[in-house]
Amino acid sequence: MFIRHATIEKNVILMVVLTLITVSIGGLVQIIPLFTIESTIERVDGVRPYTPLEVLGRNIYIREGCYLCHSQQIRPFKDEVERYGHYSLAAESMYDKPFQWGSKRTGPDLARVGGRYSNDWHVAHMISPRAVVPESVMPAYPFLATRKLEFDDIAQHLKALRAVGTPYTDEMISNARADLEAQVNPDADPTALEKRYPRAVVGKFNGESAEITELDALVAYLQMLGTLVRFGDLPPDRLRQ
Amino acid sequence: MSSNTALSAGPSPAPRYVEDVIRAAVILTMFWGIAAFTVGVVIAAQLVWPQLSFDSEYLTFGRLRPLHTSAAVFAFGGTALIGTAFHVVQRTCRARLFGGAPLGWFVLLGYQFFIVIAATGYLLGITQSKEYAEPEWYADLWLTIVWVAYLIAYLGTVLKREEPHIYVANWFYLAFIITIAMLHIVNNLAMPVSVVGTKSYGAWSGVQDAMIQWWYGHNAVGFFLTAAFLGMMYYYIPKAANRPVYSYRLSIVHFWSLVFMYIWAGPHHLHYTSLPDWAQTLGMVFSVMLWMPSWGGMINGLMTLSGAWDKLRTDPGLRFSVTAVGFYGMATFEGPVMSIKAVNSLSHYTDWTIGHVHSGALGWVAFIVFGTMYYLVPKMWNRPAMWSTRLIGWHYWIATIGIVLYITAMWVSGIMQGLMWRAYDELGFLQYSFVETVAAMKPFYAIRLLGGLFFLSGGLIMAYNMWRTIRGEPEVAAARPRPALAA
Repeated sequence: MFIRHATIEKNVILMVVLTLITVSIGGLVQIIPLFTIESTIERVDGVRPYTPLEVLGRNIYIREGCYLCHSQQIRPFKDEVERYGHYSLAAESMYDKPFQWGSKRTGPDLARVGGRYSNDWHVAHMISPRAVVPESVMPAYPFLATRKLEFDDIAQHLKALRAVGTPYTDEMISNARADLEAQVNPDADPTALEKRYPRAVVGKFNGESAEITELDALVAYLQMLGTLVRFGDLPPDRLRQ
Repeated sequence: MSSNTALSAGPSPAPRYVEDVIRAAVILTMFWGIAAFTVGVVIAAQLVWPQLSFDSEYLTFGRLRPLHTSAAVFAFGGTALIGTAFHVVQRTCRARLFGGAPLGWFVLLGYQFFIVIAATGYLLGITQSKEYAEPEWYADLWLTIVWVAYLIAYLGTVLKREEPHIYVANWFYLAFIITIAMLHIVNNLAMPVSVVGTKSYGAWSGVQDAMIQWWYGHNAVGFFLTAAFLGMMYYYIPKAANRPVYSYRLSIVHFWSLVFMYIWAGPHHLHYTSLPDWAQTLGMVFSVMLWMPSWGGMINGLMTLSGAWDKLRTDPGLRFSVTAVGFYGMATFEGPVMSIKAVNSLSHYTDWTIGHVHSGALGWVAFIVFGTMYYLVPKMWNRPAMWSTRLIGWHYWIATIGIVLYITAMWVSGIMQGLMWRAYDELGFLQYSFVETVAAMKPFYAIRLLGGLFFLSGGLIMAYNMWRTIRGEPEVAAARPRPALAA
């Protein structure tokens, strides 16, 4: 550049503009291609938006700051794959707002915790972690087991998510409440729910309460984590980024 | 509080500067510092004795940790930055703050309001769960307004300066204000579920959200915790040492290279994740290169002491600032090392990261703030010196021992946990279950807690010393004659 530094030092507007340009470059180069390069998100089948119950369960996960001690990101190392399962794909968190990959494992990774433990185990563990795992340093969350889940505004949540890009259909939004109740009721007919949200897990997740509690939603969310992509019948080239 | 009179005390040196805002910022900085260290001690204790959450939803680690990090970074660090920015910009420009006291108060108190609504929200479970960007949409909007006012006050003062050149400290403060505005707005774009509710959903998702979050997150470190505090260094160290900045040329080179390269370093928080490899590699390369401008700043700070090193013996406040620059050099060497993918594969997700952060946060940020406050308090309240020089010395050593305990405990526990996770037995099975690695951490968490207690004790000593200084009592040991105060 042909500007003497003394010129910049005497003109604050010039300095602000040059600073702004200088600090913009790195972000532009690293962020914009992630939206334009198609292979950033692997082309795998099975990943779908969260069910209404899972959305609220995920919101409890967010509210309680679980990401501060649990990652949801399995790295492609032998030990991690043996401990937790297949390494995580970008596709698996494509509907995550925000992403919850985490940066600390005070507790284990949860990217594929779905289906690994029973509902009853999760309930007992959340109410009193050390009753199940004596060495655990996790806080106890007994209040989740008794507190009723608020879901009067569930359709509003799906609408807000759609406004920022999650592909919820009108049908999903108008049935949000029914789908939520169906997922937590093992006696109801799950056909409509499963048609809209394939591989949704249905059950009374929190057996400690007859009501629909916050713990039902949280366990429903935990039980689906990492279960949507079937890796068995996946050709390896589909995993290329 | 007799400091009501003290707040506006002093006929000299220049009533044309806005100083009440700075005095208030100094006191608030001390308050937030104690709060941040206390919450840190509490959550460190919870990792040793998890029963300390008392089954309460308001006291879980998940809700208290954002309280700790936000109190340390944004409340303690941010308030110190606002106060010193207003001090530095007025002095180096020889101009009264643009917008005067009203704008200054709006920025300071508006920022305090942001802190309070963000912090109370965490306890109630209102969070975006994005690290260091936890406040929800309404707090973010309010902060944006305050931040624009901050920029206007700062820029306006520089514009009406009576000095032809803009002093180097101002470059750093300005880069900090501008860049944080950019990062804050992009990372926090969100759609509220309802305008009367607290919950929102972010504009970004998945891998893009991860990249944007760490572009934000790493540069909260780079610009909030580094560039801005370098601005502090560039004013207060030369002042306290009574020496000019070592190299003008070096300050130009390291300023532009630092602000250019920092922005690229974010992906080193996402090594071996689902972020595409090209982005990880870029992040690693720039992180390693960043070592150079970082050390350029360290050298410029340390070498400013040449010819005045003897002052470290007599001025423990300056000792804090110089040690801070030393910790800055250590942390900015450790950072690039940890950003190398092979090292990161071991260090990531472990306490090593926590230790690294604290060598920066306690050793660099808190120490430079302490050094600055020990310089600023007597100046702002027209006292000949701090009430007790000896207590500054005590604070220095107690805090330093605390940091050493903290970071060494985290090195050991972090590296140990990383190695245990990847250990195989002779039959080819994973040697340790996850929970065995948790149990192995316990002694180190106890040492870390002890380190935190040391650091907090040092902070309490400082608060006491500050209180006595502001109250304006004669220094304990030295019977120096003091100028009469018009109070």
